Amino acid sequence: MRYETVIGLEVHVELATKSKIFCSCSAHSYGSEPNDHVCPACCGMPGMLPVVNKRVVDYGMKAGLMLNCHINRTTTFDKKSYYYPDLPAAYQTTQWFAPVAVNGLVEIETKEGKKNIRIKQIHMEEDAGKLVHDIREDTTHVDFNRTSVPLIEIVSQPDLSSAEEVEAYLERLKSLLRFAKVAECEMAHGTMRCDVNLSVRPEGSDKLGVRTEMKNMNSIEAIKRAIEYETARHIDAIENGTEVLVQETRRWDDIKGKSYAMRTKETAGDYRYFPDPNVMPVVIDDEWFDSIKESLPEFPEVKRERYAGEYGLGEYDAERLTQSIALCECFEGAYAVCKNAKDAANWMISDIMRILNNKQMTYDMLSLDGATLGKLILLVTDGKVSRANGKKILEAMFEDSSIDPESYAKENDFIISNDTGLVDKVVKEVIAADPKSVADFKGGKEKALMALFGKCMKELKGNCDPQTLRSILIDAVNKA
Amino acid sequence: MEFFTVKKDVQSDLKIVLDDMILTKDMPTTAGSKMLDGYMSLFDAQVITKLTEANYAICGKSAVGEFAFDLMGETNYKGALCADGKILNASAEIVSAGDATAAICLDANGSVRRAAAQYGLVSIKPTYGTVSRYGIVPVACSGDTVSVMAKSSDICTDVLSVIAGHDEKDGTSHSDELCAKLASGAEIQPVKKIALLKSMLAGANAEVCAKIEKAKNTLSENGIEVCEIDDSVICASRVAWNILMSAELCNNVSKYDGVKYGYRAQKFSNIDELYTNSRTEAFGELLKTAILFGSETLSTDNYMKVYDKALRMRRVIVEAFTEIFSRFDAVLMPACSSMSYPENIESTKAFEENTYTAPASITGLPAVVSGSVQLVGKAFSDRSLLAVAKILEKEGK
Repeated sequence: MRYETVIGLEVHVELATKSKIFCSCSAHSYGSEPNDHVCPACCGMPGMLPVVNKRVVDYGMKAGLMLNCHINRTTTFDKKSYYYPDLPAAYQTTQWFAPVAVNGLVEIETKEGKKNIRIKQIHMEEDAGKLVHDIREDTTHVDFNRTSVPLIEIVSQPDLSSAEEVEAYLERLKSLLRFAKVAECEMAHGTMRCDVNLSVRPEGSDKLGVRTEMKNMNSIEAIKRAIEYETARHIDAIENGTEVLVQETRRWDDIKGKSYAMRTKETAGDYRYFPDPNVMPVVIDDEWFDSIKESLPEFPEVKRERYAGEYGLGEYDAERLTQSIALCECFEGAYAVCKNAKDAANWMISDIMRILNNKQMTYDMLSLDGATLGKLILLVTDGKVSRANGKKILEAMFEDSSIDPESYAKENDFIISNDTGLVDKVVKEVIAADPKSVADFKGGKEKALMALFGKCMKELKGNCDPQTLRSILIDAVNKA
Repeated sequence: MEFFTVKKDVQSDLKIVLDDMILTKDMPTTAGSKMLDGYMSLFDAQVITKLTEANYAICGKSAVGEFAFDLMGETNYKGALCADGKILNASAEIVSAGDATAAICLDANGSVRRAAAQYGLVSIKPTYGTVSRYGIVPVACSGDTVSVMAKSSDICTDVLSVIAGHDEKDGTSHSDELCAKLASGAEIQPVKKIALLKSMLAGANAEVCAKIEKAKNTLSENGIEVCEIDDSVICASRVAWNILMSAELCNNVSKYDGVKYGYRAQKFSNIDELYTNSRTEAFGELLKTAILFGSETLSTDNYMKVYDKALRMRRVIVEAFTEIFSRFDAVLMPACSSMSYPENIESTKAFEENTYTAPASITGLPAVVSGSVQLVGKAFSDRSLLAVAKILEKEGK
């Protein structure tokens, strides 16, 4: 018998706001000492009251709109109670009754073609802290830096049917949310986490099989392995009766390549949800809604088509540039100044992306101002600075964002001299000093010219148009 | 048993005692519970900041029942405060003795109003959201209100005008514009017509009924018309409030788990035992009853059947009051069923005795106690109620 896998995902994404969801502590503690970013509110001390960070609602709405959701204009927060040492208040403030966004749609593309994945809802909530186990002393420490960092949970309908589709879906979420600048979505940093709900049924059946939920996958590759393992386990249980499938939560062990039962439905706690009386319903009026809608970026594929069509870029170049909103913004900023899309794309791809790779920076980390890049491109296309010196200026701009390309070129003697007298003088001196190369060239050795060319360029500090230098040099050698 | 933690010898004409639900940086805050024995807050409540700015001096803290949930303080972890076989209230004792000009107390389940009524003092539970709850140990957040108790309506008015005001640290705090109605006496609407909620008298004893009768006469003598009405919806406040209050309390005290601060059991072998043993040893019987009841009302099986219905009840009760306020300026009712409680009273009596205090708690409406009776008014009519309290205050004892 043939089987099909039915998968729904719960994806937690950390929102990139400066502060936490209900207090003013910094939400960014990556690399900080434990409990450096805490206050009585996020530590669960009595007497502090939650005040909603408006930016979190902005980002929640943006995420909802990027995923084609309906935005609930009145959205409320609820308390979810459970005991765990990393949850200091013993309840998590989340959205249960009226989440910020519902009924969305995400289009994915795999080898099989395009497919729509329905989004059930997106809700905003606070993260929990972290437990640090000290094996030597057999003790556990609690770090509350991460408590109350804002999250959204994106809940899909069970519309996914393979590891490939899950990968495409996660990549798509990542791309859309990064484009809207609401989240980093880096699984390795824990800013994107994914729980997989999976069941297996005979192909064509409309009845769902027993569903299990898997947690603790730390990369897309691990998620794919977990899905493949779990699918096989389910089929084995159905066909061979190796075990009885029960609705339960399972923990994925990527090293062993196996999933283990954590808790069954019967032993799962009752979360006792109820509306948080301390947080008034958030009412999103037209003005607020419209301002968020206007702030949304073009979708990546819309940009890609525009780059290929309107700007006449090759499809591959358009695809590379639209990998990151930071690249797009820099490119578009440069184009607005230099008015030459191909030149701008060339600088982006062969210089800027290379520098980022060398510096081991992600494309999203690019902070170069597009207009400044445009000025630099103009200096080169206008023949004021050589391409080689242009690259040096670009490297400097990466180090110091205040650099103005033209002033920097002047200060560093990078401006190409229009003084052909100087070029003639240098060429004469170089020829006179190297009669052997002149003779070699005349004797048919093309390479000898390159040696002379290089010496001239060095004397001129690169400030000469290579074509001009080449023609003057050939003339002079032939006359010599 | 100690009922008054004196800060130091405070020389001031404006001395304030805080009940032990108000968090203080320089004195322990126990909330009357072994769980928070010796707990030192990292910050002061917003009311302290406001009082200090207005030259009031904090002279100490008064004992409360565990999480201010009981009748009048009898469930304090150090034992009940009693004399002549009757339960005493610490804040009311201190104010009556003149050791403090006024007491600032958390009204969560009506204990402040019961104490004011039995001691013949004046108290005001202001409109919900006009006094910041920042720095108050939370009990039932949707009803918790910082209240004032003093010997006279004038003192209550003065203190209230200092502590009322918007606070950005409290998301349920009203705008300054609305809070100003409590601070300034400029727009006081005189109370002309009062409804006596007759159905509330059924459970009250003769002494209490006599207080109501006396108040009725005094009001009439002062040109205020008092009409008797019946309203079964408002009388049902108790049931709905017990559900909402217990559920919120259960959630609010969950954070006291022995992990971060507060009482921790000596014996445990895993995290579940640490939770269970710490809470079992530190919490008293009334609190445990409320936790179990509250937890049950929020369970998946009961939420729609119980909690959601109580939330709907709250709305119906608000509507019932709105209807009454279209005809009357205030509602007169007792604050308690008798003028004293015997020292051996069952602590769960608090779930019944709040028959009289639940209507104002569940709706967030302002309530004054004066002359041992209670008046509930429209939202933001606090100053009008205090004006009536002034008429009644001589009737106290």
